[in-house]
Amino acid sequence: MTYTKRIDGRKFDELREIKAKVGIISRADGSAMFQIGKTIAIAAVYGPRNLFPKFLQNFEQGILRCNYNMMSFSGSGERVKPGPSRRSREISYITENALLPSLDLKDYPSSVVDVYIELLQTDAGTRCAGITAAALALADAGFPMRDLVAAVSIGKIEDKIIVDVNKEEEDYEGGMADIPIAVLPRTGEITLLQMDGFLTREELKEVLNIARKACMQIYNIQREALRERYKNGLS
Amino acid sequence: MGLVENHVAQLIQKGIRFDGRKFDEFRRISVEYSISVKSAEGSARLKIGETEVAAGIKFATGSPFPDTPDEGALVVNVELLPLSSPDFEPGPPGIRSIEYARAVVDRGLRESKAIDLKKLCIKKGEKIWMVMIDVYSLNDAGNLADAIGLAALAAIKDAKFPKYDEKNDLIDYTDRTKKGIELKHLPVSVTVIKIRDKFLVDPTLEEENAMEARLTVTSVEDGRICAMQKGGHATLGFEDIDKMIEIGIEKARELRKFLK
Repeated sequence: MTYTKRIDGRKFDELREIKAKVGIISRADGSAMFQIGKTIAIAAVYGPRNLFPKFLQNFEQGILRCNYNMMSFSGSGERVKPGPSRRSREISYITENALLPSLDLKDYPSSVVDVYIELLQTDAGTRCAGITAAALALADAGFPMRDLVAAVSIGKIEDKIIVDVNKEEEDYEGGMADIPIAVLPRTGEITLLQMDGFLTREELKEVLNIARKACMQIYNIQREALRERYKNGLS
Repeated sequence: MGLVENHVAQLIQKGIRFDGRKFDEFRRISVEYSISVKSAEGSARLKIGETEVAAGIKFATGSPFPDTPDEGALVVNVELLPLSSPDFEPGPPGIRSIEYARAVVDRGLRESKAIDLKKLCIKKGEKIWMVMIDVYSLNDAGNLADAIGLAALAAIKDAKFPKYDEKNDLIDYTDRTKKGIELKHLPVSVTVIKIRDKFLVDPTLEEENAMEARLTVTSVEDGRICAMQKGGHATLGFEDIDKMIEIGIEKARELRKFLK
């Protein structure tokens, strides 16, 4: 097996450098920036607010609506065409599912909570960075949450399980498996699981264990960012 | 007009701005270059007070327009993201973002001839460079127009051409040359707004809502005007326009310094 060293020199279980900041958009009800390596996601939350058209309303509880978007200049090759694509719509949808278990929207019937995620620069792992930023923005907006949501992409290149895949690894010539995972860090419950590539059942178990550990590290950075935001109280 | 707007207008009539600024005073301006340096060939973040926008440049090659066989193409797109304000909705660009893209960014660059489009020609009649400028609002706290104009200029200044293999018509986006986009001028847009016969620059949201008319004046270093756009439903007299242009040109000189 030849993948003995990661392309960027990281240890196999090492995350890229992370920066997180809460409260970056004054117009929003909650907002955050999450940078992992060169991937930069920003998220803003608006709501709960009225939902139109009316037939979309749910009288039992509020609904969560996520919107993932890559800025046109944030792709790694050609300019990304503006507006929703099949890819961005799927990611918006799985982002909703990844975040919803952390929230309780029963107090907001007929309303909507909008989450907007924008990617400023990308180097793989964008859906995970988006989810992690969005969880921070939801906490910043003051929603009652069971837990934060932390997400990371785990990969497998040859026989090595790697944490936090970057673009070069994602494009690894010999092929790879890519497994984005989101968890509620305190309980370890999984809210997002996708996979491209081949894995055995045993390998998947290992991947999940590694993902939980990595998400716990991300969770600690999320908590630190929230503490930093509110160290002087609500202002 | 709502209560707040009415109050803002009354204060302005007495010569007072809500946040204590002078009528011709901008909020703090800051520019950060290369904010998306891995992805975009040029990028910048620009803040005016709490208002914040991001701009990025991508290059592509394409065929020239039949009527300009030896000129490259400039494509400007502005998006007012729903992330940046509760007033913006998702969907294709609305009239406001189209106005900013056309009247503030595109017209200023094109009419001032700031970019020599002939230098973007690779092979006459066949192959040209296309420069794609995308500007996104990140936080709307008033005066997005001027922020968008400045951000676009900053991103152009930051841009470096990618390596281009002419034989195979392939761009290597991972490899950048040292060559930038030459800017012969810095066409800076300043929006002057009129409230109760007073003129002010860099409006906050409340001031924008109380605005009766506005004039965006784009000018170059020597004070020549290269583009204008009137907005708002109120009329402007000759003297109004003259005064607004004077303010616009003077303020543009000040703003240009932030792009050094």
